[in-house]
Amino acid sequence: MALNNYCLVCGGTGCESSKSDEIYKKLKEHAEKAGISKQVQIVKTGCFGFCEKGPIVKILPDESFYVEVKPSDAEQIVNEHLVKGRPVHSLLYKTSDQVAAKSEADIKFYQKQVRIVLRNCGIIDPENVQEYISRDGYAALEKVLFEMTPEQVIDELKKSGLRGRGGAGFPTWLKWSSTRKTPADQRYVICNADEGDPGAYMDRSTLEGDPHSVLEAMTIAGYAQGATKGFIYIRAEYPLAIHRLEVAMKQSREMGLLGKNILGSGFDFDVEIRLGAGAFVCGEETALMQSIEGKRGMPVPKPPFPSESGLWGKPTSINNVETYANVPVIILKGGDWFASIGTATSKGTKVFALTGAINNSGLVEVPMGTTLREIVYDIGGGIKGGRAFKAVQSGGPSGGVLSAEFLDTPIDYESLTKLGSMMGSGGLIVMSEDDCIVDVVRFYLEFSVEESCGKCAPCRIGGRKLLNLIEKVTKGNATLEDIDTMRQISFAMQRASLCMLGGTTPNPVLSTLKYFEKEYMAHIVDKKCPAGKCKDLVTYSIDQEKCIGCTVCARKCPQNCIAGERKLPHEIDQSRCIKCGACYEACKFGAVLVS
Amino acid sequence: MTLQELRTMREAGKKAMERRIVEGKTIEIVVGMGTCGIAAGAKETLDAFVDELTSKDVKNVVIKQTGCMGFCHSEPTVEVHMDGMPDIIYGNVDVETARQIVHSHILEKRLVDKHVFDRPAKDIVKEK
Amino acid sequence: MSPTVMKETKTVNIKVNGKPVTVPEGTSVLKAARLADTKIPSLCTHPDLKSWGACGICVVRVEGSPKMVRSCTTTVVEGQNYITHDPDIVETRRTVLELIMSNHPNDCLNCPRNGSCELQALCGEFGMRGVPFEMGIRDLPVDDSTPSIILNPTKCINCGRCALVCQQLQDVWALEFLNRGDQTRIAPAGDVKLAESPCIKCGQCSAHCPVGAITEVDETRKVWNFLRDKEKHVVVQIAPAVRVALGEEFGYEPGTVVTGKVYAALRRLGFAKVFDTNLSADLTIMEEASEFVERFAHGHGELPLITSCCPSWVDYMEKYYSDMIPNFSTAKSPMMMMGSMIKTYYAQKEKIDSKNIVSVAIMPCTAKKYEIQRSEDMKSSGHLDVDVSLTTRELSRMIKQAGICFRDLPDEAADTPLGAYSGAGTIFGATGGVMEAALRTAYNMVSGKNLGKVEIATARGMEGVKVASVMIPAGGKEIEVKFAVAHGMANVRDVMNQVKEAKAAGKELPFHFIEVMACRGGCVAGGGQPYGSTDEVRQKRIAGLYSDDAHAAVRCSHDNPAIQNLYKDFLGKPLSQKSHELLHTHYFVRPLYVK
Repeated sequence: MALNNYCLVCGGTGCESSKSDEIYKKLKEHAEKAGISKQVQIVKTGCFGFCEKGPIVKILPDESFYVEVKPSDAEQIVNEHLVKGRPVHSLLYKTSDQVAAKSEADIKFYQKQVRIVLRNCGIIDPENVQEYISRDGYAALEKVLFEMTPEQVIDELKKSGLRGRGGAGFPTWLKWSSTRKTPADQRYVICNADEGDPGAYMDRSTLEGDPHSVLEAMTIAGYAQGATKGFIYIRAEYPLAIHRLEVAMKQSREMGLLGKNILGSGFDFDVEIRLGAGAFVCGEETALMQSIEGKRGMPVPKPPFPSESGLWGKPTSINNVETYANVPVIILKGGDWFASIGTATSKGTKVFALTGAINNSGLVEVPMGTTLREIVYDIGGGIKGGRAFKAVQSGGPSGGVLSAEFLDTPIDYESLTKLGSMMGSGGLIVMSEDDCIVDVVRFYLEFSVEESCGKCAPCRIGGRKLLNLIEKVTKGNATLEDIDTMRQISFAMQRASLCMLGGTTPNPVLSTLKYFEKEYMAHIVDKKCPAGKCKDLVTYSIDQEKCIGCTVCARKCPQNCIAGERKLPHEIDQSRCIKCGACYEACKFGAVLVS
Repeated sequence: MTLQELRTMREAGKKAMERRIVEGKTIEIVVGMGTCGIAAGAKETLDAFVDELTSKDVKNVVIKQTGCMGFCHSEPTVEVHMDGMPDIIYGNVDVETARQIVHSHILEKRLVDKHVFDRPAKDIVKEK
Repeated sequence: MSPTVMKETKTVNIKVNGKPVTVPEGTSVLKAARLADTKIPSLCTHPDLKSWGACGICVVRVEGSPKMVRSCTTTVVEGQNYITHDPDIVETRRTVLELIMSNHPNDCLNCPRNGSCELQALCGEFGMRGVPFEMGIRDLPVDDSTPSIILNPTKCINCGRCALVCQQLQDVWALEFLNRGDQTRIAPAGDVKLAESPCIKCGQCSAHCPVGAITEVDETRKVWNFLRDKEKHVVVQIAPAVRVALGEEFGYEPGTVVTGKVYAALRRLGFAKVFDTNLSADLTIMEEASEFVERFAHGHGELPLITSCCPSWVDYMEKYYSDMIPNFSTAKSPMMMMGSMIKTYYAQKEKIDSKNIVSVAIMPCTAKKYEIQRSEDMKSSGHLDVDVSLTTRELSRMIKQAGICFRDLPDEAADTPLGAYSGAGTIFGATGGVMEAALRTAYNMVSGKNLGKVEIATARGMEGVKVASVMIPAGGKEIEVKFAVAHGMANVRDVMNQVKEAKAAGKELPFHFIEVMACRGGCVAGGGQPYGSTDEVRQKRIAGLYSDDAHAAVRCSHDNPAIQNLYKDFLGKPLSQKSHELLHTHYFVRPLYVK
């Protein structure tokens, strides 16, 4: 008996934490009760990307897209939809004009996306290798092992124009080719899954939703470079991704897709997982290799590049998860096909983790060259609460901040670098007029200072001094000379830091000094924080005209420093106010003023 | 596993997997699954469509379910949308008719005259 | 595969600031620049260590590229022109230096490295007149838990030399980086005290530290106080390696033999008698060679025999190779033998109550400060056999404190009865010297005659492990003595493993006699020698010792009349009861980490 329906439940970390596993179990339970368990396949897939609205349940073939599903909704989904064929209207995603979306195609979030990396996420059960195989899985490996020479594989990559998705965008084929060319008795391939930017989870989702695509790509990489051993360096904070990888590796080994004599081709390749303790700097490739070798994760100077002398001194190529996930598709569809997507210098798609003051936060995959405006407004659904757009931070702590004037810039490696930011691994944090740029810079600097490995003086000391100066700005104590000092430190850090972490730590400072100088001036000269975020520069007061004496603010105040008679205007005792903003949030009459 | 086994496994799963994919599917079959439809055997009809499409290896068809279309007298009812053909509602579609619809309407672009319920669905919906 | 390339020293043609220069392939830009009359400043790189690019001072540019690279870790590339100074480079270096200074206590006047500090010198060159950043000096506790070295982490600039020496050159792993970011500091793993760590007190960390963060324990004041005490009869001994290095503190070339001037200086400082450790080195040879002959020719005791005159090696062995204790020579080190002879033989001979004798040793070594209290065996006279052990650096300070114009001193002779030495005694200070001296005497003991050519060239040189053999005629046939000489603690492991493997497999021993010195080059580059030990300096000092040997009237320990008298008057014969009481010791199993 063929299956009539598929019920796909998002099993990404985000949705799992909102009980998607319970939803999955309940759905199975109710399907069993209703006697339709044979006609419906209920699958726990990887991330759908639309995390803002999770947990998500999708019913196929009619494509009903249920959002914010609770375990208690499972019964209704089964009895109404799966048994009677009537979509549960209340759970359907509503478009901006409150019309229920009939399918994914009606949801703007998905309209401009092109899914190559995430091709299987939200479609297959990541713990079932047969499903991966049914989606052309391991067909690329098959082609590579039996029809292509290693050189041809590298040539195909060269044609595709694929560049590293983890940071600076180094051409992948070149990395592979130089590793291959270095004479050695052993070579290694490494998958960098040490995703550490705040707010980024592209790689985690890919591994959770489609672990086999990375294993297949690593095996291809091994074949192309003459390596028989691979390592996946993944942070221990990603338990679900690790679990799915382990399941996938077990299945692949059992099926002879990993290990000795793969598919009878005579090629041996195996993969080992190495857990990182979550140090940001271990995402830097040389520090990562130190960590795999069991040493303290500190970057070492390049050259020699890993392709010449990497892990245990052997030629090694390191690619990140997203880069690998592209490889099987390129092999199957051809480098020319891949190169037809994207811009002149940046080919293919890029996965972004869209977060911040945005309506539709989530994971999005768009062709290179998509503009920020399309991502923020069309896919992201605009700024939360209808506020004005202020900036986008890209590239994580190493990136920069882009202002509204660049909304229409097509995004690729070069354009972002030109604007003082970088592609990085793909975090996009959207800021509204309510966000203070200086405060945001402080956040990133705090992160970088905390995560500096402490090896080289420019990064170790310079980062701290920069942070001290930025804190001075947020407190209203800075002078104009401090801006010059920040530039002086930044200049030296960019030039004399040992690795990219230190070299790019000043990026948020420099890019905001360039595009948001006014906001710095407001803090330094006027001693004001325009967004009202810097506590030391904010004063809350009560408009004596507007206050009706409802006492709500006084009751909410954790300091008990708002006083006044009932039905008479209240007042804030400034000496005790801790500027928490509770009164501002509480007042329904707009009587609390921020200045 | 041998190469051949891998290929067999891929082919075996492919058809089922393709039905999860929506992109590129241009033909839509909507089966009315209201209480009246189910009572009249709509579930069997739906199964028949799935079965027939799978066995004929027709890939670009989406099968959807909907509630009662309001033609309780002619259940099970089925709506078919495809390019180059008028939108058609068929009535009294039993298992045999379902197979016929796949064979004639979808593969040969010929209407299954006996069962045509001549008004396109969207017009009916509009009037309601 | 690429065709096998014949190994030959290729050269590379580059330019430094436009000036053409040809250097061997693989040379760093920093070294290459030195060959083109340019000194690039650096605080972390050191000729003994693999450069690792921590400080960020040595940045240069490649013409045509805006990026700066570290000259210490960048290898020269044919045809490139390296710009070692332009306004941007100088500005970057200055800022990095200012950043380092902003975390460094400004107390040069109280610092043990005042006048010999690399950071101080660099600040002088850059005309430092104050730090433009907020100061951030960490107040960290001083670790003075060992009698040998003091760790003052407040002064540490995290250049990492000490940890690299401890780990790479010495394979001790007592020092490690703790914490991250600007909280990074260098301390024993687990943040235990040095005395509780695997530290072997070799002091190589202090010899490599560019600043005053790790220094020897200064005991000059203690010695002045003994010299002030009219009740005390203060005598002194100087070690072999001191005589070829002390001169450097007074402007002599490394390797200049200043024995006569050292004797003279010590007398002027007020020591009652000046003895020479070279004589007790002869004594050590008498005992140790006898021990070897006992074990080798008569089968009494374990083979291979391993030398034990290096206290750091003894400490290392007790911690890492305690299973080899039966292989250790029980003979005390020359310093301890001299101490014992001073407070027994000399005291009796001069009729001085040994409790009133203070015995001071001048050593190239920091571990000697630990050795004098190593066990109860170090009190064979009933008192501490050696009361204070000063390093060469401390002696030079005493001479300067006294205002003695060292260069103007006449050459004087040592005192009897413990002053005259053979050439075999003096070469103890060089790697391979103990082996050579012992074999000269063992040869005589076995064959009844001296070696035709006393120099054993195969024991000499800077190779980390030297393996060779000597043929000794005995009873009409030649027997082969296979020996190994290792220096630099990291070279020991391989030698010990060879022995262990052979023993485990029941195979023939690879060596019969093994000499180990903890410090590279031997005592000439001990942790207490004048700063600036590099291989070039080591070789010059070693050459000084060999020339002292070559010019000696007596070349073998057993031919030294003073030694012959000592046995005749006092000890009887080697390995006698008295020898065992006064000149031999025991070893203990010690844990790597105490507690």
